[in-house]
Amino acid sequence: MTTETTKKFNIDTVENAAKTPDTELPWAELGLKRNEFDEIVKVLGRRPTGAELAMYSVMWSEHCSYKSSKNHLRQFGEKVTDEMKKDMLVGIGENAGVTNLGDGWAVTFKIESHNSPSFVEPYQGAATGIGGIVRDIISMGARPVAVMDPLRFGAIDHPDTARVMHGAVAGIGGYGNSLGLPNIGGEMVFDSVYQGNPLVNALAVGVMRHEDIRLANASGKGNKVVLFGARTGGDGIGGASVLASESFDDTKPSKRPAVQVGDPFAEKVLIECCLELFKGSLVEGIQDLGAAGISCATSELASNGDGGMNVELTSVLLRDPTLTPGEILMSESQERMMAVVTPENVEAFEAVMDKWAVEYAWLGEVTDSGRLIITWEGEVIVDVDPRTVAHDGPVYDRPFARPEWQDTVQADKFTGSVQDAGRPSAPAELAAAVTELVASPNMCDKSWITNQYDRYVGGNTAMAFPDDAGVVRVDEESGLGVALATDANGRYTYLDPYHGAQLALAEAYRNVATSGAVPMAVSDCLNFGSPEDPDVMWQLAEAIRGLSDACMVLGIPVTGGNVSLYNQTGTTPIHPSPVVAVLGKLDDVARRTPSGWREDGAAIYLLGTTAAELDGSEWSNLRGHLGGLPPKVDLEAERALGEILINASRDGMVDSAHDLSEGGLAAALVESSLRYGVGARIALQDVLDRDGVDLFTALFSETQGRAVVSVPRSEEVRFKDMCTARGFEHLRIGVVDAASGQLEINGVDTLSLDALREAHEATLPKYFG
Amino acid sequence: MTELPLIGEAVAVAAEPRLAGAKIGVVTFPGTLDDRDASRAVRLAGGTPVELWHGDSDLGDVDAVILPGGFSYGDYLRAGAIARFAPLMSKIIDAANSDAKLPVLGICNGFQLLTESHLLPGSMIKNDHLKFICRDQVLRVENNSTYWTGDYAAGQEITVPLKNQDGQYIADEKTLDALEAEGRVVFRYVGFNPNGSRRDIAGISNAAGNVVGLMPHPEHAVEVGFGPESLDGIGGSDTEGLGLFTSVLNKIVGGDK
Repeated sequence: MTTETTKKFNIDTVENAAKTPDTELPWAELGLKRNEFDEIVKVLGRRPTGAELAMYSVMWSEHCSYKSSKNHLRQFGEKVTDEMKKDMLVGIGENAGVTNLGDGWAVTFKIESHNSPSFVEPYQGAATGIGGIVRDIISMGARPVAVMDPLRFGAIDHPDTARVMHGAVAGIGGYGNSLGLPNIGGEMVFDSVYQGNPLVNALAVGVMRHEDIRLANASGKGNKVVLFGARTGGDGIGGASVLASESFDDTKPSKRPAVQVGDPFAEKVLIECCLELFKGSLVEGIQDLGAAGISCATSELASNGDGGMNVELTSVLLRDPTLTPGEILMSESQERMMAVVTPENVEAFEAVMDKWAVEYAWLGEVTDSGRLIITWEGEVIVDVDPRTVAHDGPVYDRPFARPEWQDTVQADKFTGSVQDAGRPSAPAELAAAVTELVASPNMCDKSWITNQYDRYVGGNTAMAFPDDAGVVRVDEESGLGVALATDANGRYTYLDPYHGAQLALAEAYRNVATSGAVPMAVSDCLNFGSPEDPDVMWQLAEAIRGLSDACMVLGIPVTGGNVSLYNQTGTTPIHPSPVVAVLGKLDDVARRTPSGWREDGAAIYLLGTTAAELDGSEWSNLRGHLGGLPPKVDLEAERALGEILINASRDGMVDSAHDLSEGGLAAALVESSLRYGVGARIALQDVLDRDGVDLFTALFSETQGRAVVSVPRSEEVRFKDMCTARGFEHLRIGVVDAASGQLEINGVDTLSLDALREAHEATLPKYFG
Repeated sequence: MTELPLIGEAVAVAAEPRLAGAKIGVVTFPGTLDDRDASRAVRLAGGTPVELWHGDSDLGDVDAVILPGGFSYGDYLRAGAIARFAPLMSKIIDAANSDAKLPVLGICNGFQLLTESHLLPGSMIKNDHLKFICRDQVLRVENNSTYWTGDYAAGQEITVPLKNQDGQYIADEKTLDALEAEGRVVFRYVGFNPNGSRRDIAGISNAAGNVVGLMPHPEHAVEVGFGPESLDGIGGSDTEGLGLFTSVLNKIVGGDK
């Protein structure tokens, strides 16, 4: 296969660069700062060529280099105990971390953002977000088995929200459904802080046998470098450096270059084709092409391997023959992979490509020169130490300080505020409040979204939205499987970034444990505003410190993730939104615990105690208040609760479990009833007496470390004994009533499940059709 | 109180050993998604699945063929329009039309492929609401005398997942009338028409009854713990799709059940 190069460009060669040191280069337009450009000149000992400048500019962008967060992210690698290391097969730094599942199985998962593109072009932005994260998973040698999507959009009634909602959901569905990956969960939050900066995060999980783990490195002098998959086009050029590094602002010329366009069919074929390559052990190293395209793939593969690589750029297959070398190096065309293949395997590799009708081009080979040398028709246009491109980018110690306004915000408690006037207390008022809560944008039924995603494909989905965690079987023989949950609470994190980030982790951990799975690993997507704003930088630093501290207590490591900065419009940043994904393991997915009760007469227990914690809650959100301090974090209690839920699942002591988080007990009771349309009778007097709270607080407080479970009568004694032995507070609060079709709560007017369902399900169709 | 089975606990739907000799080919096209699922369904029903590749030039010794769901060639041109020209398709078309009446089941994209190959009449267009839809769907078995529905009772209602973008079945009135008159409407949507299909048609057969196509996915309702009841719990059981696969196996093996 050859590419016709009919047009001869005015090529800026290394030789030319050495001779013309004073040539003006558009480093500022490419997003580089003066000091960064000077550093490139210093590293090279001359001015960079145009192609080199393109490479450095994308690789040294915030998006690729983590230059503002690197100094803080280090904590994820440093605060690691032996307990956290025991199941980690590949740590942070690779495309995605790998965790040991036992029985020779390994699992890899990662969450990433595709925020800015999804605002500019919601369909393609969200679609290619799925595509990118799935390729990360393939790059590790794994078969992708499921995806999840945490979404955060602007106010539900803002006219632009529907544009983003329709586009992003259709894009996730259109791409993900075509890959044959079940979508097993996610989140949907509406808040005006995300109006101009919607958050579209995507998670993918894949599984493999231990021997199939692949790393992104190019080793073995003489091995061939091949680019395969889609052709390289003009889409997404500069996307990595420009789009993700500058915030949207009406006053400056809009920097919105072409968003990448996805081709899910090409990706599906690429997945199968890669898996066949892995099966035949035909590749030595493999890397997906995402942000920064060929610049990233060549420099990372080379610097992670023996350190050298020669590449002839005119061999790249193009969609658009007019692309310049710099554009080819920066293009973010989707559905491409780069691999390193031994000369002996070339023929077998080509046979696999031909079988799947995937195009490929041999670009060059691995060398031991320690240099990445890229030529254009034989003329050298890039000659760099690949480490300087891939790993030695600038690192900034951005100034940060606790914002002056933080104290004022924290002093503004919900209780007693103007918005708290007329707090519901009479039975009819409380019933109306419960209904209002479960119909609210953030608490309403999300099936308008999830019904556009395939949750069945693959035949291994054991649980999906709206259960607390998604569960996928890995091994059909043993039933071994994984559970996944993602959580974040921007409001909590705004009130207190350190604890807010911990609360996100605690909730995801709790959700996984609620399903019966043992939490094992963490991936995080840190969505924040501009790091050049010391207030935002403080939020980021605090959130990372909080997360890394909490991981130590919970004993689970961060194995990967990503940072998305500059999510702000003008000077107004989004709420700091660290989205945390936790992965857990189930020895047999048959033991999983769903979130709804079904068995008539089962006893309903509330685990954990309730304090008056309404600040930052969904109730306060409904009343338009944001202030005070988020609920207290007690990670030891979370761990103890998790162990109870996991044991109860393993020993068949519970037939449903639902964690208490946003919306508190009120939301959990309604959701557990609506899950299978089975009612319950609830009396909370013992809770009120023990915890010293009123009925409203018992229902709407968001105290952490709690769950509601239903326990078959035959298991009640055993279950209570287990909680007592572990010293964990538990109270029987009611009984499942399969015949009533109602949720009866003493002191609250009876709620019919039909009416609750109608309110719960009407909200999204009302706004989005 | 009897002890409830664990969710997902293998309930003994003991596959009959005599069915294991029946080989059912499952064809993979570029972009096929539910091929492994169809193979699993065949296995759980007691038969032996055989992987077939669209580029293969012969069908080997399979006793029946399943064209599984997915987005062959991305459905970019028209669902099934390109896959229909695969080398193996001409063999399948000939075998289905021959005296041997090779049993063929087309699920979702496979159904679209069957109409594109003119093994079945009519066509599929985009859902009337223009969105992808994934839901548990109640179907009525209108004809239990086809090769693929013999194990169901006539009029039996089953719940199986449905998931598609282009699932609206259309045909001219004359064709629809003929299908109805000849009993070739095999499955009909009950309670809710998820895509605007004419006359609530979910699946049809050819005149001989060996070729059946349907939009919903019976292969996703074959295993306890992974079907509509476990995932959504709003009726039906997890295994009401299994009957299509046992039906054809029994037909192939013959004799008393």
